[in-house]
Amino acid sequence: MIRTNGLTRRFGALTALDGLTLTVPTGELFALVGPDGAGKTTTMRLLAGILDPTAGEAFVAGKHTVREAAALKHEIAYMSQRFGLYPDLTVEENLKFYADLYGVTRREREQRLPELLSFSYLTPFRDRQAGRLSGGMKQKLGLACALIHTPRVLFLDEPTNGVDPVSRRDFWRILYRLLAEGTTIFVSTAYLDEAERCARVGLLHQGRLLACGTPDEVKRLLRGTLWGVRAAQPRAAAALLKRELAGRATVGLFGTTVHVVTALPDAPAAIGAVLAAAGEPFDAIEREEPTLEDVFVSVIGEQAA
Amino acid sequence: MSAAERSPHIVAGGDAAAGAGDGGSALSGTGNAGAAAVRSPAVTVHELTRRFGDFTAVNRVTLAVATGEVFGFLGPNGAGKSTTIRMLCGLLTPTAGSGTVAGFDIRREAEKIKKHIGYMSQKFSLYEDLTVEENINFYSGIYRVPPAKKRERKEWVLAMAGLTALRGSITGTLPAGWKQRLALGCAVLHEPPVIFLDEPTSGVDPMARRAFWELIYELAGRGTTVFVTTHYMDEAEYCDRLALIYRGDMIALGTPAQLKRETADGIIAVTGDQPQLLLAAVEDLPGVREAALFGRGIHVVTADAAALLPAVQVRLAERGFAAAAAVVEPSLEDVFVMRIEAHDRNGAAA
Repeated sequence: MIRTNGLTRRFGALTALDGLTLTVPTGELFALVGPDGAGKTTTMRLLAGILDPTAGEAFVAGKHTVREAAALKHEIAYMSQRFGLYPDLTVEENLKFYADLYGVTRREREQRLPELLSFSYLTPFRDRQAGRLSGGMKQKLGLACALIHTPRVLFLDEPTNGVDPVSRRDFWRILYRLLAEGTTIFVSTAYLDEAERCARVGLLHQGRLLACGTPDEVKRLLRGTLWGVRAAQPRAAAALLKRELAGRATVGLFGTTVHVVTALPDAPAAIGAVLAAAGEPFDAIEREEPTLEDVFVSVIGEQAA
Repeated sequence: MSAAERSPHIVAGGDAAAGAGDGGSALSGTGNAGAAAVRSPAVTVHELTRRFGDFTAVNRVTLAVATGEVFGFLGPNGAGKSTTIRMLCGLLTPTAGSGTVAGFDIRREAEKIKKHIGYMSQKFSLYEDLTVEENINFYSGIYRVPPAKKRERKEWVLAMAGLTALRGSITGTLPAGWKQRLALGCAVLHEPPVIFLDEPTSGVDPMARRAFWELIYELAGRGTTVFVTTHYMDEAEYCDRLALIYRGDMIALGTPAQLKRETADGIIAVTGDQPQLLLAAVEDLPGVREAALFGRGIHVVTADAAALLPAVQVRLAERGFAAAAAVVEPSLEDVFVMRIEAHDRNGAAA
């Protein structure tokens, strides 16, 4: 459904995207993750046919993103980080506006509107001005507007930024319903717990795809083992371990557990010795399954070093 | 670090005995929650209320934040978080109730409060076309950092934000995470005893978020009180205490561990592939109050998790899922959602 070959985009001296080759099959939920400035938004805009590549090519829903950009628009929806809602129009008026924009017929529109309102949990707010909706509701309305023409491929650029946990859950329920209807979804996110639930994840860094696979496959990139340290004072323990194990381990706080990623042969003993020497009390040092966030921090950290 | 760096929180200019007192006591603290509890409060709020016409944005909120505490202020979009922060910063007058920040009254001493706090919002107010150093100089002027201290404070901010080598770079060209650290540095140039951070990490990648939280700990460790809002529940875990605000009401207050304990004895976590199918398989079981996607699986909320667990396991087996189910402690995200739903249910019943 999405196929790219050596897709590259340069802005002057900056290579925002460098030779992306990727295939996303129909009906897949694919997540693109990476640090700020990695090229995620550029990728979205290239795939949506809004930006032309400097080199390489991409096909989306069978359409060439440059030669068939006009036809492509009917097959896809793209929800950018600043999706254009009209704050002085109501929820329903915004939906009608987008229906007209996409050339949706009046009959289709009458059928689609109640569906989308109910599906985005916005039926009770249909007469409210979009400018008076909460951030989470605005994102849901943005998605509903993007879906008015029943696209086959959906591009979502960090759709849940600044959205609270309740709205984030609603948003993901909507995505799964779309997925069940066969829509292909390409999403970028800064929330790695969201990436965990996608079929496949691509890790982008400085315009290059460092890794691509199922969350489990991507986790195998972790060089070393993850040890979870439960300490009485997690912040102090993390700072200590970071200092003492510099160059030999990646150390970070993860909730109240200190995560230590290291290839040291007898890691628990080494970690325990550092803590004991400084008189830092701890309960347990246990091997843990890494999360995508651990992999992200460790792999990007190595690249930066 | 030098003694001068360690003692930044005594109020410059000496125009307020109350402020100096708070600053002084902060020096003895270590910045952890236990010590914070016995120290003087940096922020107190009593029955704080703000109405806009017939809409009550903040409804009788009462809380106290100890000096050196990292206090997380959570709630859905539009719950009243920013309105509360604006009142605490002296930018908006309360309709009713009272409060103090760094020892100053939020109604009568708003101008003094502005000198004794740092504020950083998700829209960092940096000048994109100025260099890093020029931005620091600009804020040094705005915050009236004494000329004798300007250089030292600038070097401190550059070092803290990891921007010493990039001091001459145009701010607009920096990655978001770096700008965010610079914005925090600018917000604390005048060594305020209390800082307010309104969704400071929104839209920043996980590496940058971690680096940012290390700076927050560093400031708290030096006695600065940090009042922070976030939608990232992993960040909420890093706070000493949390308040949850919803539709203007404060509906929960406590340490992360307390809130989890008080909200539920346990929930059921199911881990496996295709969480959306797992969700569909278990959400209609009798006794399930809520089932939601959580990372690589689902979380099931019920009155008695241990009692429901066998039924969930049987259902998963019947439907042919190779998924593991177990009773676990609720995450803060679960707590957040459960508290809000409980509040809605009570509201509907009333």
